[in-house]
Amino acid sequence: MKWLHKDLLDVTQLSKSEAMSLFDTAAHFQEINQRPVKKVPTLKGRSVVLFFAEPSTRTKVSFDVAAKRLSADSFSLSKSMSSLTKGETLKDTVLTLQAMAPDCIVLRHWSSGASKFIADRLDCAVINAGDGRHAHPTQALLDSFTMFQEWGDLTGKTVLILGDIKHSRVARSNVILLNKLGVNVRMCAPRTLLPHTVRSWPCEVYSDLSEAVKGVNAVMCLRLQLERQKDGLLPNLREYAQTFGLSQRHIDLADKDVRIMHPGPMNRGVEISSDLADSAQSLVLDQVANGVSMRMALLFLYMTRKGMEEE
Amino acid sequence: MAKKKVDLIVRRAFLKGREVDVHIANGEIAEIRDTETEFDPGKAEVQDAYGLTMLPSMIDVHVHLREPGFEYKEDVQSGLAAAAWGGFGAVMCMANTKPVNDVATTTELMLEKARAHWPDGPRLYPVGALTKGLKGEELAPMAELARAGCEAFSNDGLPVKNTDLFRRAMEYASDWGKPVIDHCEDPYMAVGAGINEGEVGDRLGLNGQPDVAEALQVARDILLAEYLDMHIHLAHISCRKSVDLIRFAKARGVRVTAETAPHYLILTDDYLEAPETQYSSYAKVNPPLRKEDDRLAMIEALEDGTIDILATDHAPHAEHEKEVEFDIAPCGISGLDTAFAVTWGLVRDGVLSEETFNRAWVTKPAEIFGFEYNQFNEGDPADFFLFDPEEDWVVGPDTMHSKGKNTPLRGGTLKGRVKTHFLRGKKIV
Repeated sequence: MKWLHKDLLDVTQLSKSEAMSLFDTAAHFQEINQRPVKKVPTLKGRSVVLFFAEPSTRTKVSFDVAAKRLSADSFSLSKSMSSLTKGETLKDTVLTLQAMAPDCIVLRHWSSGASKFIADRLDCAVINAGDGRHAHPTQALLDSFTMFQEWGDLTGKTVLILGDIKHSRVARSNVILLNKLGVNVRMCAPRTLLPHTVRSWPCEVYSDLSEAVKGVNAVMCLRLQLERQKDGLLPNLREYAQTFGLSQRHIDLADKDVRIMHPGPMNRGVEISSDLADSAQSLVLDQVANGVSMRMALLFLYMTRKGMEEE
Repeated sequence: MAKKKVDLIVRRAFLKGREVDVHIANGEIAEIRDTETEFDPGKAEVQDAYGLTMLPSMIDVHVHLREPGFEYKEDVQSGLAAAAWGGFGAVMCMANTKPVNDVATTTELMLEKARAHWPDGPRLYPVGALTKGLKGEELAPMAELARAGCEAFSNDGLPVKNTDLFRRAMEYASDWGKPVIDHCEDPYMAVGAGINEGEVGDRLGLNGQPDVAEALQVARDILLAEYLDMHIHLAHISCRKSVDLIRFAKARGVRVTAETAPHYLILTDDYLEAPETQYSSYAKVNPPLRKEDDRLAMIEALEDGTIDILATDHAPHAEHEKEVEFDIAPCGISGLDTAFAVTWGLVRDGVLSEETFNRAWVTKPAEIFGFEYNQFNEGDPADFFLFDPEEDWVVGPDTMHSKGKNTPLRGGTLKGRVKTHFLRGKKIV
């Protein structure tokens, strides 16, 4: 397949058929992850920089594992290790990295638009691993891939996104991708944690979780950042957990085969009850496993694009 | 009456719809004649203006010249050069320098820089701080500042949070006959935003400033101006809600005047989402670019006089400061170089009338702040510029005179280029 995109900045760039072919590629790599020797030489001799200017454990490890299983050389750079703490600008940091000729830079950054900023200035591929509250395309892709593995076609399914949508790049990317895949999206959060113009988004918005959850095929919980209380957006965690935390009584109202998802890391007892996190309906660990396969697919497509062009 | 000795004749200029010769004596407009075929200039100097249009020098009541303290962004010399080449014969510079213009020595330094670099150049009228250090805690020494040459007072950029103090500042400023200019923004709702709160900002995941954050402060200022029966000038109005409030206030007879900036007439937050310019910090400005409905409201309000004047809010920054993540880039657009071509373009396109243009850039700012101005009547100061209405130019580092190249128009083409500028009959560029 010919991959047309230099960078992955958000799922807005992808068509439905491109998303579906990513699922196929990820499924192919999934098989590798089940072998006793989990390594193929596909990206041997190619290198990827994992530049995480914002703390992250699971996304970084996921990309690192994905790169190593494809035999790519991966180099990690965190904010504390980089010269950003010495006052170097993002532009200079990434130009410095590019001068070492990587095939791809994976960027996690606290500022919305940061991946676009570096993609405009770099010749190598840029994969957005989360920029501010804007986008987290690899998370949205692995989430949809996980649902695709469960259900096959996603058309006509109903998915509830629950929690701090206002500040969530995961929610923004998921709303867009799920709509492209024909999913009916619902959202539930206190008004203070919804974007001001959420009514213009392609989703139904609920304040009452018991209503929101009725008949849904999956609930995607979002992590609540504990500083929202300090920001004046919530009175306290107890009230939030009682009103917007997902528990068994809500799950009883959903579709009988409902699936529960969470991008992690979870606050047990806040946005999700501990039993649900461990329940049979939970896909949380499948998401982690599928994250590696999906990121293998993405690294493969974005890092081999240039070579294919030359051929 | 004895005929004045003519020093300068501007030949074949296109002025108010006809080709004329403009005679200038002692720095004043002496006479305007239809272009003569038989022509003897005598001892007068001749400026050939064939193919060029003549307009009175414009006045910009809102610029940031950054000196003292931030000379790497702009200084008095480069700022006045940009003004002269931009068609401006006078500018009012804001107080957010370092140190802040809250003592006479700072005001005097600004004026001295202007005199030293360019005694005949565009006039510099400093705006003094309304509160010490722009901190919003204590009144600035406005009598001292007025004596040193400040022509207005403002906390521009750092609006006074304490409404009672703001009231006292208005009262105290009125003793010196100098207008108070307010940058309207609710200090809590507007925090840290460089984009409008709306669909675009929500999609981009950026912290937005709602239009009500501006309108709330506009309402406060209008009520205070009415209560105190004092004049207030509202800086860079950007949204329809504010316009509605100002219209209401003017109908009640409140002494309020208002400005908007050229970028609010031509751009919206869509610029920040368009593929080529997504997240471009060149369009990060405070107040932020609003929605199309707000843009249209600015044009209507300017036409009907609800918005009295235009001002650039010229806010130059260094390239390395703007070329960073959107969240940490400073707010501001460099405007002196482009304001004329942008707004004359609106006149050419029939969006603004020529009368509105003249009022917004010349007569009304002069009346509000008490400056002289030229309308090409006999005895008016010979402050004018000549421009080529057909010349296209590309906005960029090579064509801008300001040190600040930070403009969302960068790379774009504008039509209309100033060729020469005269103040008091003296050629300044």
